[in-house]
Amino acid sequence: MKTLPFQRGKGDRTVFVQALALTRYTVVNALGRGVAATLEALQSRRSGLRPCDFMDAALDTWIGRVDGLEIEPVVARLGEYDCRNNRLAQLGLAADGFDAAVAAARARYGAHRIAVIIGTSTSGILETELAYRARDAAGKLPPAFRYRTAHENYSVTDFVRRTLQLQGPAFTVSTACSSSAKVFASASRLIESGLCDAAVVGGVDSLCFTTMYGFSSLEIVSRQPCRPADAERNGISMGEAAGFALLEKTDGRGDAICLLGYGESSDAYHMSSPHPEGAGARLAMSQALQRSGLDAADIDYINLHGTATRANDSAENMAVAALFGGRTPCSSTKGWTGHTLGAAGITEVVIACLCLREGLLPASLNTVTVDPSFTMNVLLENRRQPVKRVLSNSFGFGGSNAALILGVAR
Amino acid sequence: MNVHVKSIAACGPGFADWETLRGHFTAAAPLPADFAPKPQGALLPAVERRRASLTVRLAVDVAQAALQQSGLKAQDVALVFASSNGDTNTIHNICTALATPERFVSPTNFHNSVHNAAAGYWSIGAASMQPSTCLSAREYSVAAGLIEAAAQCATENLPVLLAIFDTPFPEPLHAAMPTRHVFGMALVLDAKPEGSLARLSLTVESAAAPNATRMVNDENLENLRLDSPAARSLPLLAALAAGGATEVTLDYADDLKLKVECHVVMTQTD
Repeated sequence: MKTLPFQRGKGDRTVFVQALALTRYTVVNALGRGVAATLEALQSRRSGLRPCDFMDAALDTWIGRVDGLEIEPVVARLGEYDCRNNRLAQLGLAADGFDAAVAAARARYGAHRIAVIIGTSTSGILETELAYRARDAAGKLPPAFRYRTAHENYSVTDFVRRTLQLQGPAFTVSTACSSSAKVFASASRLIESGLCDAAVVGGVDSLCFTTMYGFSSLEIVSRQPCRPADAERNGISMGEAAGFALLEKTDGRGDAICLLGYGESSDAYHMSSPHPEGAGARLAMSQALQRSGLDAADIDYINLHGTATRANDSAENMAVAALFGGRTPCSSTKGWTGHTLGAAGITEVVIACLCLREGLLPASLNTVTVDPSFTMNVLLENRRQPVKRVLSNSFGFGGSNAALILGVAR
Repeated sequence: MNVHVKSIAACGPGFADWETLRGHFTAAAPLPADFAPKPQGALLPAVERRRASLTVRLAVDVAQAALQQSGLKAQDVALVFASSNGDTNTIHNICTALATPERFVSPTNFHNSVHNAAAGYWSIGAASMQPSTCLSAREYSVAAGLIEAAAQCATENLPVLLAIFDTPFPEPLHAAMPTRHVFGMALVLDAKPEGSLARLSLTVESAAAPNATRMVNDENLENLRLDSPAARSLPLLAALAAGGATEVTLDYADDLKLKVECHVVMTQTD
């Protein structure tokens, strides 16, 4: 497919960027398998959170667990990759005809011309956690333990690449909770550089003890379903998810949903607390606007990172208010899905696609009273209206920030 | 895809810096068999340095060495950090803690456990808000890091500080991932050729390409190359030391190779 780059930007900021369409996308999370389940839950305000019932985790919290992972192993031909994280990836690849859409793309471009870039924060570390519990008297891990294929960061990308029978450039992006937003930037660069013609991007992160007990020791896990932006918010609800998108060049015509811009930055402030005024978040959002050639007023809805910790939501409010004032409707959808960490970026990109497709602005579920110090426009009720451009924020530990803008190209 | 090398850093068994390794490559200077590097994380503020793990200090040290040599400021370069093993000691500490009845994960271990911890510490120590991309691709991490860094140079109009590093796991994980040596390297890369040491032309090739370049006639470095995912970069470092034009092939995913044509344009002085 030969296409021309089209012009974006204004004046001396003009850049020529190849527009990329999300020609197929899918998500599996606590709301169900495939985009229809997530859409239905958004429309009916059905949360996927439940009291913690993950293995033997003894934590007083609510989680967004995906049903069925315990009993659905990965296909036999990739059996050595079997672990909770790759099982979740497998569910995602099978939903919404994603694997079939990639097979068709493979026929068009050739397997070696499609890159695979997947975000994860913990990959299959649960396997290693359980193996440490099962150490023998000499301290050795069980013989059946498989580090390369079940735990390590690249395992999930390797598994996706093999499942989809792709042979293009591949790597895992692991920048904590911005991982599966940053994959869009990396894929965009690879396509623009001519290293591939298309890319499968996404994120997969599954529940594990490292994150559950780690966030608990930081005392940022809520005992109730999380309440983003609420005056009484008191922490996150952890979730798990897999999501994928097929990115292909487009001439920008038609109504395909496109990646219009991305912005990335570092806080340079603290390893596990955001910059209090959201300086890094603001930089990422303004760069995404600049790259897309759009102004703040062109954005119809912001899907917030909105983890429901005191610090995150407060910093994000300051960053959003500084750029958008109190006008642009925004919400966090983590009250539905929980915080899916390395899969949060792709989860919320897919939700952004549903907003654009359905003309739906989702509320900040579970939020009762917006923090009175906030000036951003937090939605408390779902709203129906035409939506042309959505900005999605993802921020992570280590001060890693990413903002993506999605919409129809013209 | 072309990219220009502004500076080089390396740290591993027998060499604390690039000058030592380059001396070995160019003048056959012996590398002391018993020297193991002790990364300091010198860039980091004291409070962060105390919390930083070996992996973080290694990454920060090679990145700082390359940046200093490039003459660029940290605020003017984007960051690409590539590591297969990640923060080995922290992963071990957490899995050990989670196997006890208390399951207490220390906050420091937890925030060090993210794969981008080293990049986070760097951004704090260097006071740089430039973006960082942290990636993993097992023993293909060198090729993947070069690809991402070169693509950033080509599309983002910003030099890139690429650091590639791996540390050994303690037992019992060591048995499953038996890297023995600490190894790190860093390059400052730029789309612009001015003042560069070398030009790299990168081509992704499919299965029929020749095998990955080995460290011929250098058994110790060939063993190191195979020992550490990050040390798969050694043939490229040898080419950069050798001068002239050298073609290096790196493994990249099971069915790909990354061909790197290395043209050294400026002789490095001692």
